[in-house]
Amino acid sequence: MGLQAYLILAATVFCIGLFGVVTRRNTIGILLGIELMLNAVNINLVAFSHFSGTITGMVFTLFTICITVSEAAIGLALVILLFRVRRTVMADHLDLLKG
Amino acid sequence: MTLSVVAFWVLSVLLVGSALAVVLSKNLFHAVLWLALALTGTAGVFLLLNAEFLAAVQLLLYAGGIITIVVFAIVVTERLIGERLSQTSRGLGSGALVAAALLAVIVSILLQRQLPSTPLPQTGDLTRMLGEQVLTTYVLPFELLALLMLAAMLGAIYFARPEE
Repeated sequence: MGLQAYLILAATVFCIGLFGVVTRRNTIGILLGIELMLNAVNINLVAFSHFSGTITGMVFTLFTICITVSEAAIGLALVILLFRVRRTVMADHLDLLKG
Repeated sequence: MTLSVVAFWVLSVLLVGSALAVVLSKNLFHAVLWLALALTGTAGVFLLLNAEFLAAVQLLLYAGGIITIVVFAIVVTERLIGERLSQTSRGLGSGALVAAALLAVIVSILLQRQLPSTPLPQTGDLTRMLGEQVLTTYVLPFELLALLMLAAMLGAIYFARPEE
């Protein structure tokens, strides 16, 4: 399969993740959508690396995977903290910054 | 049809199907399990692209680590809330419209471009090259990454500390 097929696959997964981020009301569901989007980006990077004969994209993917893990850990800690303060994990009810 | 083409299509169907299940399933637990399948499918795509090491990292960190902490977070919030977290979504139509429009734009741009259809050969052991590159050319980002992970770990512990 050519590079195009991999890029279209990654774009599809990215858009599905975006759909999840936009439509989910649960904060944990939104985080799952973000994971899907980051995953699609990783597919892009590895595909470019494979088809260009260089290794830079794979190094980049290694970094993004580690950063995603940090992001998930912090994000879920925030969800637990928010739940403790507001007793809800629904994004609609988190209007603390509304004046 | 060669084996790699068949593998690509099987993995594509698996990946897109499980990704759709992640965003559409009503039960949050099921969504997380579908996400595990999607991440495993991505590891398969990495294998198809000759990135064996990244496939292993993907399985260990994503499918192993992230799924575990997401399940843990769900269990904690569900126990505190005392009722099952049923998934409700809002704005399904507008969300689908935005996602479909973005997908159409990306695909139309991709189809206009001449992109390579055959990979350039990569010489040598990729995993060994990856390790050498990370510890020579990219050693500063690597050290910064270690700092970031330490900060993330301390931050997560601080946020989730027991109530006084």
